[in-house]
Amino acid sequence: MTTLQTTPVPVSAAPAAGRRRRRPGTGLWEASPLTYLALIIGIVLSIFPIVWSFIIASKDSSAVYEMPPVPGSQLLDNVSRMLANEDAAFLYGLANSFVVSAVVTISVLFTSTLAGFAFAKLRFRGREGLLLGIVLTMMVPTQLGIIPLYLMMVQLQWAGTLQAVIVPFMVQGFGVFMMRQYAASAISDELIEAARIDGCSTWRVYWNIVLPALRPAIGILGLLTFMQTWNEFLWPFVVLTPNTPTVQYSLKILSAGVYSQDYAVLFAGTALATLPLLLVFVLFGRQIIGGIMEGAVKS
Amino acid sequence: MTSLVDPAAPAPPAPRRAPGPARRYRLAGLDMRYSPYLYIAPFFALFAIFGFFPIVYTVYVSLFDYDLLAGTKEFAGLANYQAVLADAQFWNATYNTVGMFLVSTVPQLLMALMLANLLNRTMRARTAIRMGILIPNITSVAAVGIIFGMIFADRYGLASWLLEAVGVDPPAWRDSRYASWFAVAFMVDWRWTGYNALIYLGAMQAIPKDLYESASLDGASRWRQFWQITVPLIRPTILFTIIISTIGGLQLFTEPLMYGYGQPRGGVNNEFQTLAMYIYEQTFTGSFRYGYGAAMSWLLFLMIIVFALVNFLMVRRSVKGDAK
Repeated sequence: MTTLQTTPVPVSAAPAAGRRRRRPGTGLWEASPLTYLALIIGIVLSIFPIVWSFIIASKDSSAVYEMPPVPGSQLLDNVSRMLANEDAAFLYGLANSFVVSAVVTISVLFTSTLAGFAFAKLRFRGREGLLLGIVLTMMVPTQLGIIPLYLMMVQLQWAGTLQAVIVPFMVQGFGVFMMRQYAASAISDELIEAARIDGCSTWRVYWNIVLPALRPAIGILGLLTFMQTWNEFLWPFVVLTPNTPTVQYSLKILSAGVYSQDYAVLFAGTALATLPLLLVFVLFGRQIIGGIMEGAVKS
Repeated sequence: MTSLVDPAAPAPPAPRRAPGPARRYRLAGLDMRYSPYLYIAPFFALFAIFGFFPIVYTVYVSLFDYDLLAGTKEFAGLANYQAVLADAQFWNATYNTVGMFLVSTVPQLLMALMLANLLNRTMRARTAIRMGILIPNITSVAAVGIIFGMIFADRYGLASWLLEAVGVDPPAWRDSRYASWFAVAFMVDWRWTGYNALIYLGAMQAIPKDLYESASLDGASRWRQFWQITVPLIRPTILFTIIISTIGGLQLFTEPLMYGYGQPRGGVNNEFQTLAMYIYEQTFTGSFRYGYGAAMSWLLFLMIIVFALVNFLMVRRSVKGDAK
């Protein structure tokens, strides 16, 4: 395998390189077979529960408890029986989750890039103090305010409607902070100065220069926000009713009836609820991983 | 692409003729001066209403006794707090919350460190391996709860089957406090170990490699290098994950709820009922005791702050000690 690796691994001056063929990195930094083995065990443990749930979803209801688990052929039948469950309204929950996640994501991206740009590149009084305020908001657990928030929603007559799970999440301190960090390093002041001299208003600078430059960060924040919103459980569970479920709520309804009903159908539900996330992950996994790793370097 | 008009622009509509230089200058001045506030306004406005206000309002709610049937509330002073502190189920939930938090977080972060150390090498199929490690974090929480609820099912569950296969008597997964803690911790760790490992990996890759080279020239083993170079140098990141895990772990709700088949009771005798579940049970089911729930929310918040601080101080000290 003489293919060159694309990653820029610094070639070190190991003294004992001798006559051995040089490879990217040194022996010190190469994964040994034992490392691979440990990682493979880790991956198997990671993937197994998901695979297992898909296996259960494919079995005949009476064969769910058979050990060891082998796939059956009833997947489509289980899925259609699950979708036929009117209490859970699974398809409706799925559609609601798409709407909620999409609206929240777009809003978070818009407000975060706007504020992030202002904090990174515009001068105004109180900038440092307000930015510190945003960092502090990231530390406060949302659960703390959940009871008053619920009372507010009742007052607004939003309880049981989708805006109750959308509007409170339309801004996110983390997003503002992330965009601020990215804008500060990715956009040069000279570029903005030049645009201003050409007569660009602040809005045009934002729209024509800042937004395109922030695109990688927008992608990552968008993915993370979408998945997080999709997974939100406690708040939808509190404020929504079974008449307007999100997909997580539908799953909860399905599982509550588990004594009267069978696991094959329930697991068809978990499979279907996980599938959109897995799809996003397969398509954008590299970016998501990059985002998680970057975030850490900056924090 | 020559059209420069943007319909959403907050700037006033362009006059028909080109504005005179003075007017133009004035507009630009206004723009420079006030635009920044306009741009941060959406965040602060929405956060003030839906983030900040509810938290402050929690204090107010916690001072009242709500009667849902009569539709009234009565000022109760600190009575809710007194009642909470005298409530055995509150302390039971606190014990469970802290116990599950420790049982899950400590091994989780240690495993994540080890995993990151394994990942921090050149290897084939790098992205695929990282994706495999991260995949549990991508699944739906409620689905994970259901799946692990069945893996740890009381009869015929996979975990029991495995234990029996090696000749061990499986515990009562829901009736035994510590078995249920273990199962919930297992599911939390399954979901978050890979995620934390990637955070650590990101930090580890920023460490200059020559540090390790000189250390290995000095004859330091891999293990020693890990504890004496890697861990001290990623200390800020470790702190960050500990704080995040504390905030998340003490609010644990969905996993134990789904583990208990969606019941906030958390086991017949509340063996695995967390504080968040108890708050939910008191506030949103049955008696709708908003004031009581709000008082508990504040106590939980205090607990999170105290734990985060203690962790912060402990980690800072211990890692400093190692670094010497």
